[in-house]
Amino acid sequence: MASDETSGKDLTAADSSSVEHVTAAVGTAVVARDAVANPGFPPHRPRITDLDPRAEKRAERTVYTLFYLSIVGSIFAIAAYIIFPIVPEDPGSVRLNNLFIGIGLALALLALGIGAVHWGKALMHDEEGVDERHPVRGSDETRARAVEIFQEANTESGIGRRAVIRNSLIGALVVFPLPAVVLFRGLAPMDQDPVALLKQTMWEKGTRLALDPSGAPIKASDVTLGSSFAVIPEGLMDLEHGRLEEKAKAVVILVRMKPEDLIETPERASWSYDGIVAYSKICTHVGCPVGLYEQQTHHLLCPCHQSQFNVADQAKVIFGPAKRALPQLPIAVDSEGYLIAQSDFLEPVGPSFWERQ
Amino acid sequence: MSTTTDMKPAESKKSGGFTGAAANYIDERTSISTAVKELGRKIFPDHWSFLLGEVALYSFVIILLSGSFLTFFFQASMAEVHYEGSYVPLKGVEMSVAMASSLDISFDVRGGLLMRQVHHWAALLFVASIGLHMLRIYFTGAFRKPRELNWVIGFVLFILAMAEGFTGYSLPDDLLSGNGLRIIDGMVKGIPVVGTWISFLLFGGEFPGTDIVGRLYSLHILLLPAIIVALIALHLLFVVVHKHTQYPGAGRTDTNVVGYPVLPVYAAKAGGFFFIVFGVVMLMASFFTINPIWNYGPYDPSPVSAGTQPDWYIGFADGALRLIPPGLEWVGLGGTWSFNILIPLVGLGMFIGVVLLYPFLEAWITGDKREHHILDRPRNAPTRTAIGAAGVTFYAGLWAAASSDIIATHFSVTMEGVIHTLQAVVILGPFIAYFITKRVCLALQKKDREIVLHGYESGRIVRLPGGEYIEVHQPVDEYERWKLVSYTNYKPLELTPNAQGKVSPVQRVRAGLSRWFFEDRIAPVGTKELEESHGDHH
Repeated sequence: MASDETSGKDLTAADSSSVEHVTAAVGTAVVARDAVANPGFPPHRPRITDLDPRAEKRAERTVYTLFYLSIVGSIFAIAAYIIFPIVPEDPGSVRLNNLFIGIGLALALLALGIGAVHWGKALMHDEEGVDERHPVRGSDETRARAVEIFQEANTESGIGRRAVIRNSLIGALVVFPLPAVVLFRGLAPMDQDPVALLKQTMWEKGTRLALDPSGAPIKASDVTLGSSFAVIPEGLMDLEHGRLEEKAKAVVILVRMKPEDLIETPERASWSYDGIVAYSKICTHVGCPVGLYEQQTHHLLCPCHQSQFNVADQAKVIFGPAKRALPQLPIAVDSEGYLIAQSDFLEPVGPSFWERQ
Repeated sequence: MSTTTDMKPAESKKSGGFTGAAANYIDERTSISTAVKELGRKIFPDHWSFLLGEVALYSFVIILLSGSFLTFFFQASMAEVHYEGSYVPLKGVEMSVAMASSLDISFDVRGGLLMRQVHHWAALLFVASIGLHMLRIYFTGAFRKPRELNWVIGFVLFILAMAEGFTGYSLPDDLLSGNGLRIIDGMVKGIPVVGTWISFLLFGGEFPGTDIVGRLYSLHILLLPAIIVALIALHLLFVVVHKHTQYPGAGRTDTNVVGYPVLPVYAAKAGGFFFIVFGVVMLMASFFTINPIWNYGPYDPSPVSAGTQPDWYIGFADGALRLIPPGLEWVGLGGTWSFNILIPLVGLGMFIGVVLLYPFLEAWITGDKREHHILDRPRNAPTRTAIGAAGVTFYAGLWAAASSDIIATHFSVTMEGVIHTLQAVVILGPFIAYFITKRVCLALQKKDREIVLHGYESGRIVRLPGGEYIEVHQPVDEYERWKLVSYTNYKPLELTPNAQGKVSPVQRVRAGLSRWFFEDRIAPVGTKELEESHGDHH
């Protein structure tokens, strides 16, 4: 390997047009005839540690001091592990444990690293070396031999000649991964249809509206004017399986405002109760929970991508990337005064999907 | 680093001794002397910007070390348990085993929180340093022949690093990571025809299901790291094959490489730098909290905390989702078309596609088939630099949009105003950045010319006999001058008819692009001009 160290001066300048590179096309590059010549390496400038023995001694001291300091850091980290244990139920002890083990390790690592770099920069031989570059492409002989090898392999195997063998091999290689594709169908349950699942939620006629997360049913009379809270179907918390899946579709935001503030279409006039309206809490953009309700303007804001919905006006989109209004859950009151659903949502909730309509 | 053998080479050579015997033992079984002979004195050029790739490599090593520690404690299960660990506020709360084991790592394993934070900080640094490394490669033209394929490998590594980040971020199954998955689910469902089924298969049924953490875990700790390790090996192998690029400087050419040998200087500096990077990550992990999942609580589809942010490298995608104008969703042709999701997806896909293909595009435009090992100073490739600045502006606009709510609350401006401003930044900003950058590059090139021809300002003011004041200019020495005059200049492609006397449309496109790239150009100073300017240093 050419690692011929040159002191710099003996390198002939301007060999950018040397033999190896002259064959390649220059494209639209301008090859100037009167280009300034490469002056060769500048004279080497010694460091202070090369000239002053005291500076050299000092650098040496710095390096080994740093390495010793690193040892101190490592030992400190081990000691900190023992001295600062984690005391159950005391978050402060976690902080101290984290801090002191970390400081010890950081000291160990930084001192080691800085010491090594300083050694390299201040004390090690600092004359630059020069390697020659060779074109990345193989030499003509190498390339000729490579072609020859392929030709020999072709002749000896007959892969070019025996077309039927070759083609059937390619066919077999193409087909053999296909079973793996089929196997991935098992990633989701075989007996479920995602479209059907997305189009229904836990709500049905008569399901009581319950507080999230306690699951306590809500009386219409307990909903104060101007309030808003998250609501789940009663019984959701008692589900054995699929609680989060059901909740991810069924969660609703309940808002009470003055009945005269509500803008309602005739067909939806019966979906609210005395100024109480219920809308899906799942954003119609990409499905974040639409959490932030502004009482004065009746606007709902999605904290993820800032879609805004006007709860007073059928939760229509007034700003942001979402297109569709939040689906409304038709509600009523049962004989005991509890809020109930009149039915499931009349359209799929959450983000759009291909088969939605 | 074996300090003992480094410090006493003479002694071990003389006696042979244990070192000699050990070296002989190994060499007779591995032929390692060949590797030492080939690589031991290999030259690496020095520059601070070459450290960016090293930071990426070292943070990956730190991630592997800290991540291995975490796997011994983390349990990738979404089975529900009641938390019974040390963190009092969450005691008795129902959560997944994944979340509970993440809390145990943080609160019940000594040094566990430290390792979690080292892992997360190093991951953030990993993606950041890859990004900066790519910018360095781009702006210095290091992607030119013969390194185009290594650019592609590095690009794939960047994508994989983000994938690793996202899969890892999702594992603790806390409120924030669950919301991140919710957004992914919503985006996947927006893909026409197949989206619903992809989501269904990905989550093993309905969102969120009980499978996703386990699946992401095997991607995160097995498949993705294996690919990354393989590609890093290939990436570095190519660095060895190509030998490192170098900045222009006196004595440096396209046929040599000037710098320090691997043994000992480069080994000491690069090895030491690994520990410095590790040390800095350790300091961050000791002093700064990252991803405090105990504040967020377990995933629940209902609550969400305002002002939450994804990890920084996901920001540009999240920002794109925020900036899309309203109302872009229609029903037709048999399904629902969610352009409010498709445009960000396809737009970002095209953006990174351009990043991937840029080296090939530029190579086609210039038609330059030579190997380039001397880096460009960014000013000497004004159009490329300007395109880069435009890309950075586009990315930065999207990235800032991921914090639109934070910007609005911190600066007391309206959310709508922030969104509309950033929409303008993303659309118009790249053009403005392009024109400003290009003009700045050309102006800097002119300045370089002036320095070469008329010298630099010495700061010495002289009054002439006539009363005129002038500043004396000093000529630059030949070594400094070389840096200013040694760059490749390209001219626009001239259209020439082929044998049939026709100009193909492809050539027309190439000529058009070539004109765009090289119409405005400043030629390097030649010897003739230099001669003529002599005595002009007044």
